[in-house]
Amino acid sequence: MNIDKDLVAAMATPLVLAILAEGENYGYAILKRVRELSGGDLEWTDGMLYPLLHRLERLGFVHAEWGISPEGRRRRNYRITDGGLTQLANQRRQWATANRTLGGLWDLAQPAGA
Amino acid sequence: METTESTDAQIGQWRSAMLRNRAVTESDADELEGHLREQLADLRKAGLSDDEAFLIAVRRLGEVDRLTAEYAREHGDRLWKQLSLPVDVSNPARSLAVSLAVALGFAVLAAVLVQVFRVLATTHVISFERVILNASFLVLPVLGAYFMLQRRMRWRTIVGTAAFVSALVLAVNLFPFEIDGSTFPIAALHVPVLLWFVVGFAYLGGDIRSSGRRMDFLRFSGEWAIYYSLIALGGAVLVGLMSVLLLPFGPDAVSIVFDWVVPSGVAGAVIVAAWLVEAKKSIIENLAPVLTAIFTPLFAAMLVIAAVTYTVAGVWRNFDRELLLGFDALLLVVVALVVYGISARDSAKGSGVMDVIRLLAVLAAILLDALILFSMFSRVGEFGFTANRVAALGLNLVLLANLIGTTWNLSRLVAGRAPAIRLERWQTGYLPVYTGWVLLVILALPPIFGFA
Repeated sequence: MNIDKDLVAAMATPLVLAILAEGENYGYAILKRVRELSGGDLEWTDGMLYPLLHRLERLGFVHAEWGISPEGRRRRNYRITDGGLTQLANQRRQWATANRTLGGLWDLAQPAGA
Repeated sequence: METTESTDAQIGQWRSAMLRNRAVTESDADELEGHLREQLADLRKAGLSDDEAFLIAVRRLGEVDRLTAEYAREHGDRLWKQLSLPVDVSNPARSLAVSLAVALGFAVLAAVLVQVFRVLATTHVISFERVILNASFLVLPVLGAYFMLQRRMRWRTIVGTAAFVSALVLAVNLFPFEIDGSTFPIAALHVPVLLWFVVGFAYLGGDIRSSGRRMDFLRFSGEWAIYYSLIALGGAVLVGLMSVLLLPFGPDAVSIVFDWVVPSGVAGAVIVAAWLVEAKKSIIENLAPVLTAIFTPLFAAMLVIAAVTYTVAGVWRNFDRELLLGFDALLLVVVALVVYGISARDSAKGSGVMDVIRLLAVLAAILLDALILFSMFSRVGEFGFTANRVAALGLNLVLLANLIGTTWNLSRLVAGRAPAIRLERWQTGYLPVYTGWVLLVILALPPIFGFA
């Protein structure tokens, strides 16, 4: 299944924030987690994650710090901030509303499992 | 997992392709490279060959152009190179053509203005001196207008700037200069400098408060000077060959070149050079910092040797005070070496050998200047404050004060006690001092010396 590009873009911020809410993480592992969660359905151009992370950093939702990977390579770790958690909660409410609205319609039109 | 040499070379190529866009910094590239390498390791663990793994990993990361465009969107403020013309990402070739057409339009406008005044001068409607005095008013405000359009400056700011320039035009043209006097050439020399600061105001879209933005203007000025010199060299060759070709038609044909082609070219190139700096800045490396790096050690050596021999041999007593203006030029070069030396550095980094060399050059320049000023004032009875000397001495003191502040900031940088950004702030913060001095020389000096 291919998810629409606009929908992916809309999901990106809450998705990244939610993954970081699980704990400090870095780019490659965040993307791996996305793939894992979506079962590979969510196609994402990997590189686009980084400008997004930088934007979240600029907005103060995440805090970034250079660290060292176990292989001894420089690696940028991202940690969610209090502002990020507030933003995540906010986005979560919005998505819940969207889910509830669409879900109500779709459950009536199509029996579960169809 | 270790990568092979060929993969490393491929990664290196990909990395430099990313870095070609100035919105991507070294540390961004580090982050992406780390990602790429980890992806490569995973793919090879899954049994792919090096080349296959590289192709897939790079593809997953995304096309370099789209990726750098995304960085540019996020980090629009990061580097002055991203101040560039609003490029339509979906069609860069077209937006480049449009921006060139706009720039050429302004260049033609400048050329036409210059030609109108030249014709008026040759037909004796206005004097040749008046053309000289007003030459920069014909060209630099056009460049300013070009930037006002590019930066979409607010109308109120545009009107304010235009009013300031108009007042300046009126003032210098209403001044009853004695044509053979010295205040006239002094004013004529300072007007373009003041107008260049007006261009800077337009270049920054009126936002002159931020030090980083002012630094952008300094960078622009350096690159512009280099582009203009290159265009002038090419233009000289063109004019020379054109004259040779036209020679069989007689001297009148050659004079057409010098009446029509040369002035138009000199004026138009001002705009074209500015467009080139804006349009090409993400394509080639900035040249001013490179030239500075070459010349800083040479100038430092020259200044240190001069300072030592002047002191030891005592020749500073023989310094001809009429040469003070030439010495001002030397100080100006030293300031420029410092400014363009720091313009390309990462302000987060610490000091290096170049900073020590810079410090030596600045110290030697200050010592030399102090000797010369002392020699002048020790003969204070002979000094005699003429307009020329006041202009030269004032500029000298303005530059000397800058260099003393520079020494303070540079030595703290070298000692690791202050970041490089302090030095940058000092230089950008000094810009209003130059502007004020130039304004003073144009508007106050001539009346004080009775326009003689």
